[in-house]
Amino acid sequence: MLNKFPLWKNLMVIAILVIAGVYALPNLYGEDFAVQVSATRTTSIDTQVMGRVEDTLAELDIAPKSIVMEEDQLLIRLSSDNEQLKAREAIMQELGTDYVVALNLAPATPDWLAALGATPMKLGLDLRGGVHFLMEVDMNEAMRKILGQMRDTVRTELREERIRYTSIERRDDDIVVTLRTTEDYQAAENYLDGLYEGYTLLEDEAARTLTLRMTETKIEETRDYAISQNVTILRNRVNELGVAEPLVQRQGAERIVVQLPGVQDTARAKEILGATATLEFRLVDDQNSVREAEMGRVPFGSELYPNRNGGNVLLKEDVILTGDHIVNANSGFDENQRPQVNISLDGVGGDKMSLATRDNVGKPMATLFIEFKTTGERDQEGDIIFERHEEVINVATIQARLGSSFRITGLDSVQEAQNLALLLRAGALIAPIQIVEERTVGPSLGQENINMGIQAIVWGFVLVLAFMVMYYKKFGMVANLALATNLILIVGVMSMIPGATLTLPGMAGIVLTVGMAVDANVLIFERIREEIKAKRSPQQAIHHGYDSALSTIADANVTTLIAAIILFAIGTGPIKGFAVTLAIGIVTSMFTSIVGTRAVVNAIWGGKRIDKLSV
Amino acid sequence: MHELIKTDKTIPFMRFRMVAWIFSGLLLIASIASLAINQLNWGLDFTGGTVIEVGYEREADLSEIRTTLDANGFSGAVVQNFGTQQDVLIRIEPQEGVKAQEVGDNILNLLRAATDEEVTMRRIEFVGPNVGDQLTQQGGLAMLTALICILIYIAFRFEWRLALGAVGALAHDVILTLGLFSILGLEFDLTVLAALLAVIGYSINDTVVVSDRIRENFRKFRKGSSEEIINGALTDTMSRTVITSLTTVLVLFALFFLGGALIHGFATALLFGVFIGTYSSVYIASSLALALGVSREDLMPPEVEKEGEDLDPMP
Repeated sequence: MLNKFPLWKNLMVIAILVIAGVYALPNLYGEDFAVQVSATRTTSIDTQVMGRVEDTLAELDIAPKSIVMEEDQLLIRLSSDNEQLKAREAIMQELGTDYVVALNLAPATPDWLAALGATPMKLGLDLRGGVHFLMEVDMNEAMRKILGQMRDTVRTELREERIRYTSIERRDDDIVVTLRTTEDYQAAENYLDGLYEGYTLLEDEAARTLTLRMTETKIEETRDYAISQNVTILRNRVNELGVAEPLVQRQGAERIVVQLPGVQDTARAKEILGATATLEFRLVDDQNSVREAEMGRVPFGSELYPNRNGGNVLLKEDVILTGDHIVNANSGFDENQRPQVNISLDGVGGDKMSLATRDNVGKPMATLFIEFKTTGERDQEGDIIFERHEEVINVATIQARLGSSFRITGLDSVQEAQNLALLLRAGALIAPIQIVEERTVGPSLGQENINMGIQAIVWGFVLVLAFMVMYYKKFGMVANLALATNLILIVGVMSMIPGATLTLPGMAGIVLTVGMAVDANVLIFERIREEIKAKRSPQQAIHHGYDSALSTIADANVTTLIAAIILFAIGTGPIKGFAVTLAIGIVTSMFTSIVGTRAVVNAIWGGKRIDKLSV
Repeated sequence: MHELIKTDKTIPFMRFRMVAWIFSGLLLIASIASLAINQLNWGLDFTGGTVIEVGYEREADLSEIRTTLDANGFSGAVVQNFGTQQDVLIRIEPQEGVKAQEVGDNILNLLRAATDEEVTMRRIEFVGPNVGDQLTQQGGLAMLTALICILIYIAFRFEWRLALGAVGALAHDVILTLGLFSILGLEFDLTVLAALLAVIGYSINDTVVVSDRIRENFRKFRKGSSEEIINGALTDTMSRTVITSLTTVLVLFALFFLGGALIHGFATALLFGVFIGTYSSVYIASSLALALGVSREDLMPPEVEKEGEDLDPMP
């Protein structure tokens, strides 16, 4: 029969609506201010920790809404932002640095919905606000690192020029080269003079030393470079975390602000943002005895490092490769189900690795894990003091010449493997950073602006709905029903997808898709009118109207969908956010305007004798 | 039934195409010139600026702070709660020739004058831009790639002349919208960027609907010149075009007049984009395809060999 849906099709429409509706529901409930506590590598969360937190809160006279323990995490819900700040301070003091304590906003979803995995849609910084981290960059370390690279450059170049030197060392902001003979001194002077931009050459012929000193502008440039490089890497890290549309910007001379939108795993974010972990690959010095070195007689050209599994390892001073050459890293498992990280190197890194391992097959190579940790103290100038932690995480015999991809093992946990892979992917920070301030921030657009915006959108919709009913009568009402369900579908799907965050640009996407949804119905209804004018029967008109509009709607939507997918794949930040909502909106609006309205139209008019259509 | 457009006679759209081309040409030249000379008035997200943290004794009234700042020449300031209800974070655009400290003092005085409470300055610092060069570069790359892919899809589904027309119309809309912002000196921030993307979406949709009808009419009517067929197709879709634009404009008017200052730029870009997008699907996309010589033969469905026809029957 014409214009009748089979039962399964009707059931499918209803099922999709119910599922989307349920997942859209949590958005009606608000969020709680919360403090999140998670364990670090050396600790775990247990009832004892929970007890300590409870006691701390009781001392402050703060009654938490709830304290929940799950998967190495403790979530404490509180009733106000003031309590949240106080509670965080107190808990941090109580638990010390072994735990990560972070501010959070936890959705107040009822248990039965949470059990279904339903969570509210995430709102962006502009609409909801989030967590604000102020980080300070250790400029001293940045300078040290850059001068260290400079020293290596000078060393290689002098070697290439066959100029012999006694030593090349870094003193404060200088590189001091001491030459063997007066001839070498002259040669070096001629060679180095004016070679490096931004450095002045100070000569001391009597002591046969040449000093390369950074100019003021160069120091300034170097600092700027260090900060902007760190900003870029932090942006990468935040993107790797899957946080949509964060704010990462430089503030003042030595600080960086990171703002993350509300409901996220802030404790993990904090751990990742501040992390400085990187890797170095070096050959093991197996010619000399570790015991001798442990007693203080470290052979020239080697260094002693602790092994994570206990004991010490003697490593060659020359670094085969640093983490900078890593282009991709993924965590996985080895054949014994132990966590591992698969590493891919860039061209230069691959060459270096292959060159170094070619001549050393059968010899042991070590992976050195380097991390900066804050001591929580500051020096006289008010700069934070960092401690360099270095440990060997594995020693493996080189079985064959290595290329640009290989794997490393020796990691403690899956979590550590994941974090390390993420950090290696995002790149190493030029200088260690420390979170010096942590706050929640309100929506950047301002609540009353958001309310005005929402009000405006509601009015806009009311106007459209009124117009559709006036112009298309009963069919207009069907279109309006589709429009309303389309909104529920978008909200439902947005809530289901973990990475989707709604921001103002996203709302632009929704407004556009609603426009397109109306357009689809307009196309169909205009076709039906044309068919009626062409003297077809009402049933035929509906049938042909839908049929001939279908290809137009599909082409228009597929073209827009292509645009959305490309914007998502290539664009960053707000462009991505827009693309996600647009893509979701296109799919849902095609569903509601083609299948959804057809189901209703068929149910009302289908299979009956009708003389006139209200369109 | 109500009808906004009576479509008994074919409207000779294409007769005016020279006028439209000159009109568009002039607008394009003006836009590109203004973009080259005045460039865009980039917003806070792109330029960075000054961040000021102030503390109030009681709960701070953010909208009042915003009004005060707006009234005194600090428009476009971002004002948000910072940690507690009493602390406020203010971000403002860089002020030319004025030191950050002076700006801070200025603002503090304004805020103090506006309330009887004590307002304390917690911190004042410059902040860098929120969007790196990455966004600008990759954003441009993304749009370019999107245009190329749309070109390929439409060329594959329709015909290359229509595809070129569609992409030409898209580029036209983007340049004119950017030009509008440059000429009027309106602030270009992330919300306007989003609006620009939405304009692209709207324009594609409109153009594809029109192109679809052109293809259909070429196949349906065996008689008539290309110009007549295109005029017919445009007339057939006119009613739909007007209604869809009208409903979209209804929403945008609501946003423009009731949505508050912050989405003003957004609504402006979209309103302009909807008009220009509708116009361009007729006078850029269709007339470009016509000028390129689109004809009936190009749009006839290819003779499809039935699958398996040439094969021997299965034993």
